[in-house]
Amino acid sequence: MKIINMKWFASAAVLGAALLSGCDIPPQETVQRGYRGTGMEAVYSPEVLADIVAANQVPEAIPAVSSDGPKAGDIYQNVEVLGHLSVGEFTRLMAAITEWVSPEQGCNYCHVAGEGFEADTLYTKKVSRVMIAMTQNANENWGAHVGGAGVTCYTCHRGNNVPEYVWTIGVPPRHASGMVHQMQNVAHQESNAYASLPFDPFTRYLLEDNAARVAGDTALPTGHESTIESTEYVYSLMMHYSDALGVNCTHCHNSRAFAAWDQSNSERVKAWHGQQMVKEMNNAYINPTNAWLPAYRQGPLGDAQKVNCATCHQGAYQPLLGANMLADYPNLSRLAPAQEPAAAMEETTEMESASLDNGSTSGEAH
Amino acid sequence: MREYQNIFTQVQVSAPDYPGVPIGDAERNRTKGIVHNHLLGKLGDAQLGPIYLGTLGVFSLVTGLLAFLIIGMNMLASVNWDPVQFVRQLFWLSLDPPGPEYGLSIPPLNDGGWWLIVGALLTTSIMLWWARTFQISRNLGMSNYLAWAFGAAISLYLVLGFIRPILMGSWNEAVPFGIFPHLDWTAAFSLRYGNLFYNPFHMLSIAFLYGSAVLFAMHGATILATSRYGADREIDQITDRGTAAERGALFWRWCMGFNASMESIHRWAWWFAVLTVITGAIGILLTGTVVENWYLWGMKHGIVPPYPPLEATPVLDPMMEGAQ
Repeated sequence: MKIINMKWFASAAVLGAALLSGCDIPPQETVQRGYRGTGMEAVYSPEVLADIVAANQVPEAIPAVSSDGPKAGDIYQNVEVLGHLSVGEFTRLMAAITEWVSPEQGCNYCHVAGEGFEADTLYTKKVSRVMIAMTQNANENWGAHVGGAGVTCYTCHRGNNVPEYVWTIGVPPRHASGMVHQMQNVAHQESNAYASLPFDPFTRYLLEDNAARVAGDTALPTGHESTIESTEYVYSLMMHYSDALGVNCTHCHNSRAFAAWDQSNSERVKAWHGQQMVKEMNNAYINPTNAWLPAYRQGPLGDAQKVNCATCHQGAYQPLLGANMLADYPNLSRLAPAQEPAAAMEETTEMESASLDNGSTSGEAH
Repeated sequence: MREYQNIFTQVQVSAPDYPGVPIGDAERNRTKGIVHNHLLGKLGDAQLGPIYLGTLGVFSLVTGLLAFLIIGMNMLASVNWDPVQFVRQLFWLSLDPPGPEYGLSIPPLNDGGWWLIVGALLTTSIMLWWARTFQISRNLGMSNYLAWAFGAAISLYLVLGFIRPILMGSWNEAVPFGIFPHLDWTAAFSLRYGNLFYNPFHMLSIAFLYGSAVLFAMHGATILATSRYGADREIDQITDRGTAAERGALFWRWCMGFNASMESIHRWAWWFAVLTVITGAIGILLTGTVVENWYLWGMKHGIVPPYPPLEATPVLDPMMEGAQ
């Protein structure tokens, strides 16, 4: 009898330990972010936080140089988005971009050895021009989201040719040919944080122009017609927000009324501006580059790899935990002043028109 | 000393086959076989069978199995008939209702049509099973408490999958057939209609659900604690107040001042269980049909406490500010 009890006790102990092994080691740090009792709080596990801090260190800045002297646009040919920089600043930024984006391939990732630097032979050079304009635009026009810290190439690239977290328009996994796949209920999808929710919320809300709001805004029905389906799509998008920022729902929301703005904190407004910013990035900057992209840089439907929250945030509530890299690289803080209305400039600054369909030729206009 | 206990018994009474009370003509609806199983005897009665099948039972099983099979085949089709993926992704897989674009029309078979067919088959199966509970009760000379309790649960099922979608004009409002997907539906449903926790009928349903669990535990514990005085023969004790019933009653009277009787505790339990699903069904039925946002409704009627603004500058909807 005693032996049996010991066995029971031992197996219960083993089972209990196994169940607890999925948990973070206490104590956790809790930061109150809303009215007391609403559970609006950030919970940080010190060991996880240490990993996040380690993963979000900024590289040392290249020593600053003078902005005096001849302009890069006057000395070099075919400089469109950085022509207003001094030659020193321009060279410094090129060196930084090489370190941020193509540390292994070096200059030759965008420039062909033996050719002049002005040649737009490689698609990478044409894309980087658009990406620089995109970065400048984010810093100049999207302060409501990127704040003072802004973004640089490194915010997303972190030493990779293509940022680690990008997305393309979703395709259903292999399924019976006669069946219409519902674009959800698929296991192990990173996009919706492993839920069975729709696995491509990005096309609807970060590419197409849809407002991600589904709850009725009146107590009684007044013809508001959001569906359960669209609610699941927004839910999926929110799972991505949460996953990309390493926060829970209550980072922005009071969970008793997810839709109510007066119950939310100002972080939610920042997130809303972020959605609008990402939508513009994907439509006005990323999509037009698709004309030049090789197939291996495209998704299964032949679309360009696009931006979502994780592209910059990479698991941190602020990219690089709010480090202000822009202070070291102020040249990225605004769009180039409109010089001669060169074709490519025209198209990248007036992003609303967003037609770089003829981009493959206009890039080589000079 | 070994003693007979109500559950996980250490000793078993080995009894001859017992076919049950005679039920006349309906006898032919029962299977013949009787099996005695020692392991079953650990948990309850060691005798398995005879089973009362009947026409209703047979058709209920056939339609139910068909629905089960079609759900499984649709899930299997969604992973390209790959049995490994079927097992690996089982909890994620689903047979979804038709998309909102179909409204209440009959969708193509491969885009929600199967969901509609499964719904019809499953409903048929459940209703037949319900009729069967009436029939067996009558054959045994019982009243219909069991059947009406099951009917209460069916009312919630019908509201969720049939009545409310029709009132809303869209099959898409109904619940998918899938493990995680039906849970996602629950969360999405609450999000869409402004937090179901502020739905008073949902509140009642939760109170009855948790109350059912508490009552069940209280009653079960009371009977087990007094079974050494014969409380396991509690049906007798409803009328014959013996030592066991008296001690159980005294426990609760001394503990909290009030005690149910051996008879009334079963009515308490029955009503708690039945009201869980009936109030739940009313709550679901009202959602979206007459109330759009339960949080705002609760605000309007003073059941939601207002909180002070979170920040010095109140947070406003950026789309209302005419912001970018």
